[in-house]
Amino acid sequence: MLNTIFIPEISLMLTVLILFFMTLGNFRTGTVQAVSLVLTAITLVITVASIDTHGLMFYGVYQLDALSQLFKVVIVLGLFLVFMLGSGLIGIEEKLHTEYNMFLAISAMGLMFLSSSVELLTILLSLEISSYALYVVIPFRRGQGRIHVESGIKYILFGAVSTGLTLYGMSYVFGLAHTTYLSELQEIMPGLVATQPLAVFAVILVMIAFFYKLAMFPMHFWAPDVYQGAANETSSFVATVPKVAAVLLLLRFVAVAGVDITQVTWVLATLAVLSMTLGNLSALVQTDLKRLLAYSSIAHAGYVMLGILTADEMGMAAAVFYVIGYLLMNLGVFYVIYNVSPKGENVTFDDLKGLSRRSPLLALTLLVSAFSMAGVPPTIGFIGKFMLFTGALHQGFYALVIIAVINAAVAAFYYLKMARAAYCAADSEKEVIVLPFGTKILGTFFILVIILIGVLPQSLLAAAKSAVATLL
Amino acid sequence: MENYLILNTLNFPILSLLLIVPVVGAIVAMFLRGDTLLKFWGLAVTLVTALISLPLWTHFDQTTAKYQFAELRHWFPALDLDYVVGVDGISVLLVLLTTLVMPLCFLCSWTYIKTRWKEFVIVTLLMETAMLGVFVSLNTVLFYIFWEGMLVPMYLIIAIWGGARKDYASIKFFLYTFAGSIFLLVAIIAMYITTGTFFIPELMDQSYSFAFQMWIFLACAIGFAIKMPMFPFHTWLPAAHVEAPVAGSVILASILLKMGGYGFLRFCLPMAPAATVYCMPYLLFLSLVSIIVGSYLALGQSDIKKLIAYSSVGHMGFVTLGIFLLNDAGIKGAMLQMLNHGVTTGALFILIGIIYERTHSREISDNSKLGMFMPIYVTFLGIFSLSSLAFPGTNSFVGEFLVLFGAFSKFPLVGAFAILGAILAAAYMLRLMQKMVWDDSDGHVPHGEHAEERKRLLFDCNFREIAQLAFLTIFVFWIGLHPTPLLDMMDSTVTHLIHQIDVGSVMPEAVHHGESHALLENAGTWIKNLF
Repeated sequence: MLNTIFIPEISLMLTVLILFFMTLGNFRTGTVQAVSLVLTAITLVITVASIDTHGLMFYGVYQLDALSQLFKVVIVLGLFLVFMLGSGLIGIEEKLHTEYNMFLAISAMGLMFLSSSVELLTILLSLEISSYALYVVIPFRRGQGRIHVESGIKYILFGAVSTGLTLYGMSYVFGLAHTTYLSELQEIMPGLVATQPLAVFAVILVMIAFFYKLAMFPMHFWAPDVYQGAANETSSFVATVPKVAAVLLLLRFVAVAGVDITQVTWVLATLAVLSMTLGNLSALVQTDLKRLLAYSSIAHAGYVMLGILTADEMGMAAAVFYVIGYLLMNLGVFYVIYNVSPKGENVTFDDLKGLSRRSPLLALTLLVSAFSMAGVPPTIGFIGKFMLFTGALHQGFYALVIIAVINAAVAAFYYLKMARAAYCAADSEKEVIVLPFGTKILGTFFILVIILIGVLPQSLLAAAKSAVATLL
Repeated sequence: MENYLILNTLNFPILSLLLIVPVVGAIVAMFLRGDTLLKFWGLAVTLVTALISLPLWTHFDQTTAKYQFAELRHWFPALDLDYVVGVDGISVLLVLLTTLVMPLCFLCSWTYIKTRWKEFVIVTLLMETAMLGVFVSLNTVLFYIFWEGMLVPMYLIIAIWGGARKDYASIKFFLYTFAGSIFLLVAIIAMYITTGTFFIPELMDQSYSFAFQMWIFLACAIGFAIKMPMFPFHTWLPAAHVEAPVAGSVILASILLKMGGYGFLRFCLPMAPAATVYCMPYLLFLSLVSIIVGSYLALGQSDIKKLIAYSSVGHMGFVTLGIFLLNDAGIKGAMLQMLNHGVTTGALFILIGIIYERTHSREISDNSKLGMFMPIYVTFLGIFSLSSLAFPGTNSFVGEFLVLFGAFSKFPLVGAFAILGAILAAAYMLRLMQKMVWDDSDGHVPHGEHAEERKRLLFDCNFREIAQLAFLTIFVFWIGLHPTPLLDMMDSTVTHLIHQIDVGSVMPEAVHHGESHALLENAGTWIKNLF
């Protein structure tokens, strides 16, 4: 009984093990990638099949419910898409390819554990498993210079500080409530948060590590440098999959803090506004595409927080929907970035010129993903924003929504710049980009999924709503 | 929900087909190769769409204000969203305008667009779906999706095939319109939160508090005023019109600008009637300013396209004037003016496109004395110039006359200022016509070799160009001499709309200092006190 519901995790652990044994040998990149893809695909199928499982394991610290299973599917899907996107691993040192895949799989495994962790120490444990694997992987970049090492150090230092602060917050929570189980905290904390400032402080501190993972103000400083310095494939993983798990944990913590509008809500609202504004305004002047995406993800973190802090069904379901859409949109843009730079170097707006002539598929993927991030219909990004605004207005956060809306209008400019560079700037010198068949399939997949879910969002939305219902 | 709709009784889902056929055409175009094939494919798809839309004219029931040819499907139950489409008196005419103008876009671009025909066909066909979707949606979210969805294709049309400053113009267009419509989204969500429905007819029937109505009105009005465009949000229009290719200008002028007026008639007036009546003086003032400023600026232009662009601002001022007069003649005149402007200004842009292909210049000075070499061309130029200045016998005369009649019957002073705008319209249009066709100002007549060279450059219109212009000329005279069928089609809807406004603006809490019925009179006194 216990074994069958743990199968997705076991499958991913086996993937990690097999990749570990492969690191001891000397395999070609193609073989390693094929093995990673196949194993991750198997894990994905198993995880999708387990989407309805429920259970409580390991003395009550590990809970499988609709929310955790949905997020596990998203995490494994994200891992699969990252593996597929980075075919050839041109940005990574040749001899480290197998280790690279293994560490990404370990990180995803940690994130899977994080989805189901409902006890503070287990949360910390899973968080650290996923973080350490990523700390190692950031500097894996081919090439001269030390920018990738600088990014790695920034990532570790920020991560360590944020984890330390989270532990600090957890110690206060334990001191106040005398328990570390989220289910018990959910009964005690709302009362404490309403009366004791220390409880508010503790709850916010506990969330700090997840602000860090989500790249939300005030733990956003690492994002631009890490995105820019790491290899394109690494950035694509760091930009998307950990944020999904971070949103899940933030949802759990906000549910712990209580569904009424409290001081915690106001702190989160302030952080959301600062995140959105800072991210959008900084992104306006960037020329490096990955740095721009980092600032845009800081802004998106602000939008997601808008849904999380409402602490009611509609807003939280909106946040879940939005972050899943965010994963797809961002992977779409990183897919284009990866394929535009033949030697794995960073991509600027100049490199995008003439993309519609060089590769119509890449240009269309970039257009659809960029406008989806801006929130232009009929894409998944629009439905996500629409639902976020509905959820927030439903709870009466008028000022927040107006600010978010103004920010969305401001953000349209830099997404437009991307589309403009790809379609309008004429450049006849660069050669045509020839894509292998698998890459073309992936591009078409991104375009179709972003538009189709934008037009027919019902199934994903229903899944999000049923997932969130377990929290409230 | 069904009691607002008359469900579709034809054998095929006409409105959904109208939306799907261009999209399917765009997808098929992705796999076609060869410019000629793509040109004919685009033309064929738009002609098929036009054919499909003809039953809307023949089978339209003029006696009811309910939404006809309606279709209702489940779409998004989690948020109470249904796929509802339908047309009534005002939207059916705009749908027909769209489907009839779109084939002309391909015809006029036949030799104008020289590169990237595949993208052009795809983008224009997607544009058609988005525009048709705006006019037939009966669900606010569906409306918004099409409204915003039209921005990306329009941006690409201007930015890829545009003129010298296409970069600036396309970004300005996109950001200005995007920023305006995002407030529309907030208004839509706020109405949903208050009433629990996204269905437009139900939203019209609710009565909201005056303060809420004001917020809704302002939020929606910003988006529509930018689209219209009303002064002072008009600055994107000259840039976008001038830099867009011919097809882009035709789409912009004929159809996109009408969406602002349609939005006012669909959202602001019926859903926030008390706020509309309260804001009426201000909006009448802004309309007058649009008319006079637009016409005055047109008078000073040397670039033909910019002149027509500013004249569009002036004409749209007449439309908003008619809408916010809130009487039968005013709204009918505004609706008719929308159609007329679509026909006339579309034709003027096609004419400019034709001459631009010859001389590669939009300046009046480079395109003068055309009468010597292109008699057929200047015939059409004359007809459409007269139509633009509302010469009796042409279509614009009927529209402007109705608007002015509505103005004079309510606020004579407003009518007087509007007439000033009409005079200015005559001034700039006649000036344009005189300079382009004759231009005797310097007395210089080209002769000899110079004349031969000019004759070679300015070859007269070929069959394709004549066909487009003749098609539009038919409408100029038909609407001008026999507008009754069109006016009858809008009759029940306009009456119903005015009834909704009258009922909605007589609310106990409509005026914050307690009087209810005197709201309209208050507005009148306010304007009288202004002067």
